[in-house]
Amino acid sequence: MRFRTADGGRIDRTRTLNFSFDGRALTGHPGDTLASALLANGIHLMGRSFKYHRPRGLLAAGIEEPNALVHVDRGGGRDAPNLRATQVELYEGLNATSQNRYPSLALDVGEAARLFSRFLPAGFYYKTFMWPASFWKRLYEPVIRAAAGLGRAPVLPDPDRYLHRYAHCEVLVIGAGAAGLAAARDAAVTGARVILCDEQNEMGGGLLSEPAATIDGQPAAAWVAAVLADLDSRANVTLLPRATAFGWYPDNMIGVAERVTDHLATPDARVPRERMWQIRAREVVIATGAHERPLVFPDNDRPGIMLAGAARLFLNRHGVRPGARAVIATACDSAYAAALDLHAAGVAIALIADLRANPVGPAIDAARAAGITVRTGTSITGSTGHLRVTGALIGTEWVACDCILMSGGWTPSLHMHAQSRGKLRFDAATANFLPVAMAGQRSTGACAGMFDLATILPGHAVSGIITPDGGHAGLVPGAKPKRAFVDFQNDVTAKDLLLATQEGFRSIEHVKRYTTTGMATDQGKTSNINALAIVAGELGNTIPEVGLTTYRPPYSPVTFGTIAGASRGALFDPERRAPMHDQAVALGARFEDVGPWKRAWYFPGPGEDLHAAVARECRAVRGSVGIFDASTLGKIEVVGADAAEFLNRLYTNAWTKLGVGRCRYGLMLSEAGFVMDDGVVGRIAEDRFHVTTTTGGAPRVLNHMEDYLQTEFPDLRVWLTSATEQWAVIAVQGPGARDLIAPFVEGIDLAPAAFPHMSVREGTICGVPTRLFRVSFTGELGFEINVPADFGPAVWEALMGTGVPTPYGTEAMHVLRAEKGYIIVGQETDGTVTPDDLGLSGMIAKSKKDFVGKRALRRPDLVVPNRKQLVGLLTEDPAVVLEEGAQIVADPAQPIPMRMIGHVTSSYASPTLGRSIAMALVEGGRGRMGKLLYVPMPGHTIAVRVVEPVFHDKAGARLDG
Amino acid sequence: MLIIPCPHCGPRPENEFRYSGEAHVVRPADPETLDDAALAELLYMRSNPKGRHAERWRHIHGCGWFFNCIRDTVTDRIERTYPAGTAP
Amino acid sequence: MKFSLRTLFTQGLSGHTGWGPQWRTPEPKPEYDAIIVGGGGHGLATAYYLAAEHGVRNVAVLEKGWLGGGNTGRNTTIIRSNYLWDESAAIYEHAVKLWEGLSQELNYNVMYSPRGVMMLAHTIHDVQVFKRHVHANRLNGIDNEWLTPGEAREFCPPLNISANVRYPILGAALQRRGGTARHDAVAWGYARGASARGVDIIQNCEVTGINRDAAGAVTGVETSRGTIRSRKIGVVAAGHTSVLMGMAGVRMPLESYPLQALVSEPVKPVFPCVVMSNTIHAYISQSDKGELVIGAGTDAYTSYSQAGGLHIAAHTLDAICEMFPMFRRMRMLRNWGGIVDVTPDRSPIIGKTPVPGLFVNCGWGTGGFKATPGSGHVFAATIARDDPHPIAAPFTLERFRTGRLIDEAAAAAVAH
Ligand SMILES: Cc1cc2nc3c(=O)[nH]c(=O)nc-3n(C[C@H](O)[C@H](O)[C@H](O)COP(=O)(O)OP(=O)(O)OC[C@H]3O[C@@H](n4cnc5c(N)ncnc54)[C@H](O)[C@@H]3O)c2cc1C
Ligand SMILES: [Zn+2]
Repeated sequence: MRFRTADGGRIDRTRTLNFSFDGRALTGHPGDTLASALLANGIHLMGRSFKYHRPRGLLAAGIEEPNALVHVDRGGGRDAPNLRATQVELYEGLNATSQNRYPSLALDVGEAARLFSRFLPAGFYYKTFMWPASFWKRLYEPVIRAAAGLGRAPVLPDPDRYLHRYAHCEVLVIGAGAAGLAAARDAAVTGARVILCDEQNEMGGGLLSEPAATIDGQPAAAWVAAVLADLDSRANVTLLPRATAFGWYPDNMIGVAERVTDHLATPDARVPRERMWQIRAREVVIATGAHERPLVFPDNDRPGIMLAGAARLFLNRHGVRPGARAVIATACDSAYAAALDLHAAGVAIALIADLRANPVGPAIDAARAAGITVRTGTSITGSTGHLRVTGALIGTEWVACDCILMSGGWTPSLHMHAQSRGKLRFDAATANFLPVAMAGQRSTGACAGMFDLATILPGHAVSGIITPDGGHAGLVPGAKPKRAFVDFQNDVTAKDLLLATQEGFRSIEHVKRYTTTGMATDQGKTSNINALAIVAGELGNTIPEVGLTTYRPPYSPVTFGTIAGASRGALFDPERRAPMHDQAVALGARFEDVGPWKRAWYFPGPGEDLHAAVARECRAVRGSVGIFDASTLGKIEVVGADAAEFLNRLYTNAWTKLGVGRCRYGLMLSEAGFVMDDGVVGRIAEDRFHVTTTTGGAPRVLNHMEDYLQTEFPDLRVWLTSATEQWAVIAVQGPGARDLIAPFVEGIDLAPAAFPHMSVREGTICGVPTRLFRVSFTGELGFEINVPADFGPAVWEALMGTGVPTPYGTEAMHVLRAEKGYIIVGQETDGTVTPDDLGLSGMIAKSKKDFVGKRALRRPDLVVPNRKQLVGLLTEDPAVVLEEGAQIVADPAQPIPMRMIGHVTSSYASPTLGRSIAMALVEGGRGRMGKLLYVPMPGHTIAVRVVEPVFHDKAGARLDG
Repeated sequence: MLIIPCPHCGPRPENEFRYSGEAHVVRPADPETLDDAALAELLYMRSNPKGRHAERWRHIHGCGWFFNCIRDTVTDRIERTYPAGTAP
Repeated sequence: MKFSLRTLFTQGLSGHTGWGPQWRTPEPKPEYDAIIVGGGGHGLATAYYLAAEHGVRNVAVLEKGWLGGGNTGRNTTIIRSNYLWDESAAIYEHAVKLWEGLSQELNYNVMYSPRGVMMLAHTIHDVQVFKRHVHANRLNGIDNEWLTPGEAREFCPPLNISANVRYPILGAALQRRGGTARHDAVAWGYARGASARGVDIIQNCEVTGINRDAAGAVTGVETSRGTIRSRKIGVVAAGHTSVLMGMAGVRMPLESYPLQALVSEPVKPVFPCVVMSNTIHAYISQSDKGELVIGAGTDAYTSYSQAGGLHIAAHTLDAICEMFPMFRRMRMLRNWGGIVDVTPDRSPIIGKTPVPGLFVNCGWGTGGFKATPGSGHVFAATIARDDPHPIAAPFTLERFRTGRLIDEAAAAAVAH
């Protein structure tokens, strides 16, 4: 660690940490970042730029760093690309590699791009690679893609966990520098709930690299420690270090990403890697500081050229010297502070070149007093060196050095303010945009343009700190725009920006997109104002006339996993399970996803596939008795004096005359007249209906009912209750159904005459209260046993215990209903189908003046004669099963594009009929009975005959067993 | 995530609510009297203003009531909420 | 100047001093033969085809901000034509055919990249719906093929086709000719082509009123830069259509919602195609720059704020992380929103309006970028001839009265 100072800084020199960079074994100390540890080892070359693969070192020391992006691998899928070395805290065993280079960082073939760079100006790809057209996909694009990108995406699933936290507070303070600490303390003493977050590992901000500063007579660092200790001792204060406020969302909700374990050598497995906080704050105090601007001059990007403030931070916080001999190039007083500190630490200061004609003030005086050469009115206009800077062009003189420390002044960090939709004003004196406070938020400190510690901490005595006065934006006077980098990571130079304006891109948003300036992973923190100044200068406009580009979230990149949080695997989308789910599992069921539900799809026996199992299940229902978990059907209890009238208005059917104890199949339309849902409705009492809905439709139907009840028919005395989860529903279907349940049922006369088809009775089964429906979705004698959900498994097991019923799943249920021509909403319908299209116009009560959707059914296009109508299809070859979704044509010989007249909605091999059956929607279908139509498939055509959509027991004789 | 003041329960986060479209779209007592254009107006035409919008929300994971709300669609700020069936 | 490798080379040698503005920046004239309101892709394409194919060159495109700054410059650029209904298939396929030659037509590389769009089926219902699309597309002459899970993984290696995930992949519909294009280049290429043919592109020019004569016909517009006369006005303003049409007293079946998208930090190629999962709400591709481009959903409420809630982006990243757990450590670099104009049937409205001389092209909602060339092409013909282009003809405003909807929502749930 040749460049480590003997003492000072906030590192723990008593302990040594081993780490590796590009396979090289190195050491550092606790308190180091990867960046400071590399610098301590004399390593500046840390990355390669995006486009030209230029060798790059550190520009900055924090979140704004554009160059030093590394891949950190902890093994086992715990690897991440594009991490800023300045934010990676050193831990024992850290393993980092550089990116975007081949074969090595020092020797990168990509650097050959330099040879062509003059042919690769901004937007060059829009102008070429167009001939021959086919080459784009085959050649040009793959080459461009391979060249693009920075790091490599991980390839293994990430084993780490991420969590969300929600918090509320009166005051959220973002940034724990002097301004943020003061604001947090002022709020905390009032007893308000305060959250203070800071993106860095240590709170204190800039004060941590001000060794000479004092506040109220004590060293600044001690003041920071005292304030933090005080805040920490208060129950109403939450301190969140390593927590970046990244986004501002409506009603003062701030997203904060907290890095919990990345800095630890051996993280506790019980702790998440990162946490996303969603904080609702009555007031947000933005104290996010400022970012230093680079100077824009040719070759301002060589390793060893960094921001003066960054060099000072590395020295004062990490005890690292950036080199042995520094040139300071500046337009701002703060670089003098860097020069003085480095000088004191033994770094030779070749000179300070100050752009300003006549800078005055204590900083300049102090530098001169320290014997440092200060040249004013002097520009830096070039640099030499390759993997490390070796000289600076100052005026016309080359000055040897191994680092150049520059400062173009400081740009207030406006991101959070701008995201909050706060307005900005332009301060001509400092050439900065400044935030305008608004309700619920305010800015303080450097991000509000307050650079003087005395202003930030009124009432405190401060000393020993140099206020960063001055600044320059845009190209350095006298410098050429070529290779003068503005956006370092994306390799955007001043020349690119000038070219964009020359080509008519006048809006700053256009310039940004055309050149990609500000679009790199540092989000333009160091580049935006320089770019803006260059464009404004070229267009002859002022900076505020050109304006800023929009600040978008996140302030700094946020891990996907952090945003997703615990939502993974079982928690990604919790499964809904029917009451007899475990019984189905025990019976070896295969499941299908239906909305959020897991439904038993079929119950394969040994050696059975879907087809064989379904055939067996169907035969069991038709031949003896099957048992089915129908609990997922939606159930709504409709209660009240006007319940029947309410259903009259919501369903196409008439309900008033439905007797107590009787059921009816109901059809529900949207107001636009299209079929929306269906289900059996039973009348339990004069004022009480048990309504069932489709599985997927339950929430939608309840909301639809509530909507009409509350807002259109508020005069009706009706109450709606979702009962889907209250009832377990066991369907028992088949000629043996009555015999199966009879021994278990009490209080209900099951005799056909006493309990006819489409009735409902209350009694008990297995001693459990039941609503027993006599209904059938299979065409067989059938019952649906509703019992309180918790009793479902016991009743199911009692019935299964007889050894008689065969469990069947949704697939067999679909086949059985299709044999009977019963529709499934969502399969036979798709939101464009009317009752008449389904042949169900009989279900529209003519007597009713109004029901939802009635008027719409008379719209011109809903009454045209040639609408698609539901029919049955039988393939000429009974062994051929049509594919669901297959299209139907009248003339199979026509060329493509063919005129399609319909499609297959349902299709199965029917075990009952021993042949295939299908349902379809076909234009004018009911008028085509007996006609042949065609289903063109790839390579062959299937002939089908149009039939009634009922294939089995047309008379319905089997309903009575 | 907006904070929405339910007229019955007070301010709650948006994910307790369900947006339900423009408010004060009146379904006539006898829809049969509507001509096709008037029906299209009821079913489909929306004012979709840039600025003050009278809209409906339902506190679906709360009290269950539908209610009306005036929100500025540019800032997403809610001016006020009021019970369904009452005038803005 | 023609764009080519040769001009790039010669300009490179001479320091790129010869490139002129890609489009002119004229002052508005008092009167035009046609005014297009909205300088997004659709509006610029309309102007381009008016000039290039119909000889209508005295045209202005009025844009309130910067051209391409609306949804055109904010979308995830998924291009495909495998829509269900014949009417939709026709217009989107018309567009794809134009995409295939667009770089050459415009002499601007729009980077149309037919890398394949794969839509994942996670449920039996998805399978039924997608197969319905595959069959209908085949008979319409549009490529769309059904893949088994294994075939899907072969096409897109990052896919996890294990059966032991919450929503296993049961298969996929793949349109190989589908893909992406560079959104800004589309706007700029059309702008350059239109400007070169005489179209005035006027930015920072907000239309604030539509003027009409006693008979109700349009006579021009009021703008932030003064009155501009024209007897033909085409409104192509996406999310702002209701506002503009309201200026002429026309109510629209539209609602404007914020739709979000996000990108990751750029990485080397890892994702070869476009993958869409409607069931779990995830849309992902990788741009030529290396960013993973991810489409999120709309917020629940209408809004013109061009920003949405964090929970919307989070919901999408839930799905991405669940489907691609190796991307969990990738980081979100930018997240933004656009304002999409959604119709009740999720199909666009293109054509004439009850107001003589006023035309509208809107309702593209969450999925109109892919239609840009086709939409501009048929809309230009409609304006030039004052008669709907046959492909545009079904997409009338009138259909909401007759009930002849083109319901892609019913057919597919989402229409990116
Ligand atoms: C996040 C997101 C993702 C998307 N993803 C896809 C996708 O993957 N695939 C796809 O096909 N589509 C996608 N879309 C949809 C697609 O972006 C749009 O359908 C399409 O770009 C619309 O183009 P346009 O030209 O009509 O609209 P825009 O580009 O929005 O242009 C309309 C223009 O009108 C201007 N304007 C408005 N009012 C006025 C006025 N009063 N005066 C003057 N000018 C005015 C606006 O400033 C704007 O520039 C997405 C959209 C978003 C927001
Ligand atoms: Zn409530």
